[in-house]
Order: sequence, then structure tokens, then C-alpha cells
Amino acid sequence: MVDAKAATEMKSSSFRRYISRTCMAILVLFVLGGILAPWISPYDPHEISLQDQLAPPSLSHPLGRDLNGSDILSRLLHGARISLSVGLLVVILSGTIGTCVGLMSGYYGGWTDSLLMRVVDILLAFPGLLLAIALVAVLGPRTTNVILALTVMGWVSFARLVRGQVLSVKEREYVLAARSLGQSDLGIMRHHILPNVLSPVIVQATFSVAGVIVAEASLSFLGLGAPPGTPSWGSMLSDGKQVLLEAPHVSIFPGLAIMLVVLSINLLGDELRDLLDPRDVQKKHLL
Amino acid sequence: MLVFIARRLMMLVSVLLGVVTLVFFLIHMIPGDPVDIMLGENALAADKEAMRRDLGLDQPLHLQYLNYLSGVVRGDLGTSLLSRQPVLTEILSRFPASVELMAGAMFVALSLSVPLGILAAMKPRSLMDALAMLVAFLGAAIPSFWLGPLLILLFAIHLNWLPVNERGGLEHLILPALTLGTALAAILSRMIRSSLLEVLGEDYIRTARAKGLGERRVILKHALRNALIPVITIVGLQIGILLSGAIITEFIFDWPGLGTLLLQSIHTRNYPLVQGCILFIATVYVLVNLLTDIAYGWADPRVRLK
Repeated sequence: MVDAKAATEMKSSSFRRYISRTCMAILVLFVLGGILAPWISPYDPHEISLQDQLAPPSLSHPLGRDLNGSDILSRLLHGARISLSVGLLVVILSGTIGTCVGLMSGYYGGWTDSLLMRVVDILLAFPGLLLAIALVAVLGPRTTNVILALTVMGWVSFARLVRGQVLSVKEREYVLAARSLGQSDLGIMRHHILPNVLSPVIVQATFSVAGVIVAEASLSFLGLGAPPGTPSWGSMLSDGKQVLLEAPHVSIFPGLAIMLVVLSINLLGDELRDLLDPRDVQKKHLL
Repeated sequence: MLVFIARRLMMLVSVLLGVVTLVFFLIHMIPGDPVDIMLGENALAADKEAMRRDLGLDQPLHLQYLNYLSGVVRGDLGTSLLSRQPVLTEILSRFPASVELMAGAMFVALSLSVPLGILAAMKPRSLMDALAMLVAFLGAAIPSFWLGPLLILLFAIHLNWLPVNERGGLEHLILPALTLGTALAAILSRMIRSSLLEVLGEDYIRTARAKGLGERRVILKHALRNALIPVITIVGLQIGILLSGAIITEFIFDWPGLGTLLLQSIHTRNYPLVQGCILFIATVYVLVNLLTDIAYGWADPRVRLK
């Protein structure tokens, strides 16, 4: 009985390893594709060739051509550059802002905390993408504005997460010890609290990259992302929607790219969570 | 209970005040002169002046703010620049379509997630469980702006079973509701699974089994009822996913709801209508959250004391 159970455990853990390796490989492929896009993409993503409009996949254009006759594979590679860099940049910005706010809010408490948490409550009153849509609507559709809007929307969840963690960590003995030794607030936050609240932040950041990629694609899809003509995955899908009947391949490939990247990031995030917090694994397997 | 509701209402008022303030400042965040952007730079100076006066933009900022606030309290969200109708009238004329879409999506979400969650929980870590959770995982990962076109391709174009675009009978609702409801179905089925697994470990389930009840009866009659309590309260909180997801789904299917109204008003730079739509959606969301909180507090007395 015990042996059978151990065998299943082993089988499932080797299966998990296989899955996370596959995800890693997919992500590396997309990241390299994005970084190397200007050198490896077979054609110019902006090239217009109206006589080849909507040509289906062929040997010379493996993913076909879009409404302007541009090569979809080349646009997809350049799109990876936009999606992944927006994803990373927004998460770095919002993660940093959110962590700082959460640290201050949790550590100082009192009116600093109430004020900051009121701001958080107000921003949370806008469901999902609504706040980002509102900001891009007034600031204008540009990639920098998308980054700004998604950062304004994104820091809130980091702030709440960090605040909660700080509240429990700041009562520990080592923090009291540091304080009684006369260390400054900033020093305590940096050396004693931050390192101890960082692992859930890293996990959250991983999932956020996927969330931001979908959000950026959604905004571009709605015509509120990168300016027209930019090879972004969301706007490629938006173009594809208009020609769904004649040329489904225009929609299928960018959608597949988004889904593969999001799925891989989320599965790796799950794995990372288990790695960083081994106590939870047992519990999670029972559920 | 009354104290709990009163406290939640006070919080609601402060959040709503913040939301109104933020929405008010939206028009002032427009880079450059908002009137130039709405009318175009070549518009006549007299027209610009008239619009500036209409929108109250010629007044000092604090007066503009107070006017906006008192307007909102009286239900006056301004006038739409294109149709010259009150913003609230336009919003309310589109709201039923959005509610219909969200109700359809909620129906889809519940009717997919309850069976999936039960199947997965009945034999945890079996093939069935893995399959059900794989479906849930894919459902959560597939973006609605891709799922929608794929559903149109399959059911409307290849099989020619269902119509797309426009609102109409039930058959018009199926594809948009599936598109909007899938992500929620995925979240809920994972939640139902874990909630049911927790309940299945309780003593009263062992008792039910010990007295010889069939597994079906144990799950449907004894476990599911208890497992659904936390799920139902979470459904309320997930309305945000539907409200925001509806904007994308309505865009895919040209559904004449609030989402398409918002997008049209953004593209035509009809800023009073943009502000109105955003304020309205956020308010609905905040109110639904309040109702959920109250329902939760009513169902679970421990919550009230927090």
C-alpha cells in the first residue's frame, strides 16, 4: 500500500517536472524569439503587399499573411517583444511601488495605513480592466500610456499582499530585537522585514506577468493599446476578427501564442509557489 | 447585524466619493485642452467657448468639482455630446443588454462548474479529476478575445448552428454567454472541488455513509449543500470579472450593452459619456460587493464581528 502510494507520488512528481520543463522551454523560445526578432524574423513586420492579402500558410510564409499582406510569423515575433517587455516592465514597476506602499502601510500602521488603504479601496472599486481603459481613454492609445495605466492598476494587489505579510512579521522577536538595538525604521524594513516577505511577492509577480500580458493584449484588442500598425498580439487578433470568415489563420496564431505564454507562466508560477513555500505542498495535495 | 450594515455603508460612501473624484479628474488628465480634442483643433472659437461653458470647464476647478458632485448625487451625469441626451438615460437604455449577457454568462459558469467540480472531488487525484481540472485550467488560460472568435468560427461559420452579432432571442445569447462565462466557470470549478473535498472529510459525511446512504445521495444531499455556501459568496465577488469581461465580449459580438457604449464614446471622444459609463460600472460593482458582504454577514455571524 505504502509502496503503491510512493510510486504514484514519484510518477506525479516526475510528470510535474516534465510539465515545468516544457513550460520553461516554451517561455525561453518566446523570450528568445522576442529578443532576436529584428534579426531572425523572415520578413519586415510592417511590409505591405496588398496582392498577397490574407494568403493562407505556405512554405515561404508558414503562418500566412494578414490583411495588409504582412507576414504573420514576423509580426508574431515582434509582438512577443512588445508583450513580454510590457509584461516585465509593468510587473517590475507595480511590484516595486506596491511593495514600498505595503511595507510603509503595514509597518507604520495608524493614519499612514488608513490613508494608503483608502486609496487601495478606491482603486479596487474599478473592476478588472476598467481603470486601465479609463486612463488610456483620456491619455491616448500609446504603449507608454498602457504601461502607466497597467501599473496604476497593478500595484494595488502587491500593496495588499505585502501589508498583510508585514503585519505578521513585524511582531516577531528578531524585529523587536533590531528595534531595541536602535536600528532605524528604514533599516529594519530593509534588512529584517523585506527579506521575509519577499517570497510571496515573487510568486505573485510571476502570475502578474501573465495577467499583464493578457491585459495588454485586451487593451490592444479593443483599440486602446499600441497605436495602429504596431505588431502587438492583441491588435493582430483585433484585425483577425474582421476577416474571421475568409482567413481564420489571422486570428488563430496570435491567440495561440498568448495562450501558450500565459499557460506556461501560470504553471511555472504554481511550481515556484511550491518551491518557495514547502509547507503548503502537503496541504495543496490533500485538497 | 444593523451595526455591521451601517459600518459597511459608511465605508461604501467613502469609497464612492473617491471613485467620483477620480472619475471627475479623468477629463482633466487629458493632455492638452479637452475641448480642442473633442471638437478638433480647427473648430470655431465660438463653438469651443460654448462647449467650454456647457461642460463648465470655464469655472474654477473647485466649483467644477462641487457641481459634478452635486450632479452625481441628483443622478445628473451630464449630457452626451453627440446625442444631446442625458448621459444616465443613454446608460440605462444599454444596461439591460449587459445584464442579460452577464446573467447568461453566470448561468453558463454555474452549469459547467458544478458538475465539473463534483466529478473532480468524487475521486480526487484520479484520471477524472485530472481531466476536469485540465479543462478548468485551459478555461482560465484562454483569453476571451480569442475564445469568442474561435466559437464564432466553429458554431457560426463552420457548423452554421448559431447566429452571431446583434441581440435577439436565446440563440443570440449562447455564444457571447459562453465566451464571458468560461473563465468564471474555470475559477468556480476549482473552488467547488476544493470546498467539496473539505466538506467530504467532515464527520457528518462519515455518518451519512455509515448509515448506508448511496454515494450519490451523500454528495448531492449532504456535501454539496454545505460546500456551496462559501462558493455562493465568492460568486458575488466575481461579478467584477463579468462586468469588466463584458466590455470585451460585447466588443467581439457587437452586443449593444454598456461595454460597447463605453468603447464607442471613447472612440468618438464623448468624454461626459465615458465618465458616466465608468462611474456607473464602478458603482454597480461596489454595490454588488456590499450586497455580497451583507449576505455573507447574514449567513456567517463570525464575519460581522471582524
